[in-house]
Amino acid sequence: MSIDMAGLASYGVFLLTLAGIYAVLTLALNVQWGMTGLFNIGIAGFYAIGAYTAAIATTPSSTEHLGGLNLPFVAGLVAAMLVSGLVALLIGALTLSLRSDYLAIASIGIAEIVRLIFKNEDWLGNGVRGIAGIQRPFSEEPLVYLAVVLVVLALVYFAIERARKSPWGRVLRAVRENELGAQAAGKDITRFRLEAFVLGSMIMGLGGALYAHFVGFVSPEAFEPIFGTFLAWVMLIAGGSGNNKGAVLGAFLIWIVWSGTELLTNLLPAGMATQASALRILLIGLLLQVILLKRPEGVLTEERPHVHATPVMDSKEAEEDAAE
Amino acid sequence: MDFIDLLQLLIYGVVLGSILTLGAIGVSLLFGILRFSNFAHGDLMTVGAYVAYAVISSFGLPIWAGLPVAMITSALVAVAVDQSVYRRLRRTKPVILLISSFGMALVVRAIVQLIWGPQDRALVKGIQIPIRLGDIVIRPDHLWIIGGTLVIVILLHLFLSRTRMGKAMRALSDNMDLARVTGIDAERVIIWTWALGGALAGAAGLFLALDARLTPMMGWTALLPIFAAAILGGFGKPYGAIVGGMVIGIVSEMSTAVLPSAYKPAIAFAVMIIMLIVKPNGLLGGRK
Repeated sequence: MSIDMAGLASYGVFLLTLAGIYAVLTLALNVQWGMTGLFNIGIAGFYAIGAYTAAIATTPSSTEHLGGLNLPFVAGLVAAMLVSGLVALLIGALTLSLRSDYLAIASIGIAEIVRLIFKNEDWLGNGVRGIAGIQRPFSEEPLVYLAVVLVVLALVYFAIERARKSPWGRVLRAVRENELGAQAAGKDITRFRLEAFVLGSMIMGLGGALYAHFVGFVSPEAFEPIFGTFLAWVMLIAGGSGNNKGAVLGAFLIWIVWSGTELLTNLLPAGMATQASALRILLIGLLLQVILLKRPEGVLTEERPHVHATPVMDSKEAEEDAAE
Repeated sequence: MDFIDLLQLLIYGVVLGSILTLGAIGVSLLFGILRFSNFAHGDLMTVGAYVAYAVISSFGLPIWAGLPVAMITSALVAVAVDQSVYRRLRRTKPVILLISSFGMALVVRAIVQLIWGPQDRALVKGIQIPIRLGDIVIRPDHLWIIGGTLVIVILLHLFLSRTRMGKAMRALSDNMDLARVTGIDAERVIIWTWALGGALAGAAGLFLALDARLTPMMGWTALLPIFAAAILGGFGKPYGAIVGGMVIGIVSEMSTAVLPSAYKPAIAFAVMIIMLIVKPNGLLGGRK
């Protein structure tokens, strides 16, 4: 029995790249849900905005869609984050002072409207035909792009981890755990929520941009919106919401399970092939219910911040408190 | 666009409004008692419609025989999901239920797709002869949808105002603790609320399939306007949901007179956002 090593290796690279992109998305969701308690199920909307922005920014000039601006890869990533952040700012300002259910409902609406706009506005993103020819940076070699994704993932991880440990991150936690308490302590909770929502959405846009460069093509239907959103949620819950290591671990773990279900559905008789994706969603959906019932805190639980027996403030914190 | 065209759009709006109303009442009832938004409600509609389709097409029954089938199926699925999963999560934060229901929506939809496949299906075969009133054209299906909704809403009103269970539901919705103190068995009421919400969703699903076609995505796409209707009427207020459903239905259809119809799904969202900014408690003052 001979195993095609080259095929196996290239499948491994493909799998890890997508897992890395999902990990970026899961970290973004962790800022919103894990750290702040904001219920966003419109992840796909910000992901699509990021992907389209990157496509428009980096492809050569075209008559079929807006741009392209022929900008370098990094400029595309930055643009993707800025545009996603701007949209999040607008939406967040309208909905974040409301109850969590309303934000959740509004977020479905955002994702739907984003999809409708990209589908119907031909001048913007070439309508249903989408934008092709998005190139990878440095080289088209998959291994190089995997390295790029992992570097971006590492940067995002360290930035968010730093933010979580900062006074800002602690306020988010307070907002999540005890809104009234945080308010009583003089924190402008709507502002903190808005900041977390915008930051998370920017990173979702970044994830979208990484995806666009990976597959080289964006279209309104390319994202399988509910899937992307749903998978990111399962990843975060499984890994442990509130914990950034958990978010990354969950992304890789669930992506492997998700890819594993494909091997399983490949065993189905040929006539059932069209049903394979439904069966996979069913399995992942059931997995989520089992996790929620049996281990709702996920694999890695949230790290509690160190609480000192006597209140000790470092100078920076004291400064901040004095300023407020 | 003349007066006749607008009147025609108004009729379509009332048809859509009827379907949304049935969905929104269920969402609102469940929210009133369980304090959570059921994201699987749209897919409860889908499963009811599909089972009704399967029964009427394999036994060659008339469409109307499908109505009880759809209602009973969705009610049973709702109660089964509640008892097997949601019940165990009820003590946790309500937002965990939200995540669970979002996952459940995908599970139910995946099962529908596994059984019936991803393609569109028509509930009624053949061409219907429309009724003409001067220049206005009315499909017989539409009359059935509006009439059926009217009957269901009247029966619901009688149930909520005249029966012990209906009164218990309203009491729990107004004040859970107070209602418990008076000896109302909350668990039993919750089961009945799921059954009722599910049955209404089943009817909504069948009507939606009658108006358009059966697709696995039909319920999920209806979810946003249904929530918009429930919020507009005041979340937790079943009577408000009737007003909300009609407003969203009529505004959505009327919007096609001035906007490209591709953006119709966005209208419900826009109305909802405006409402949340201007009057977050809903038209009839529901829970914030």
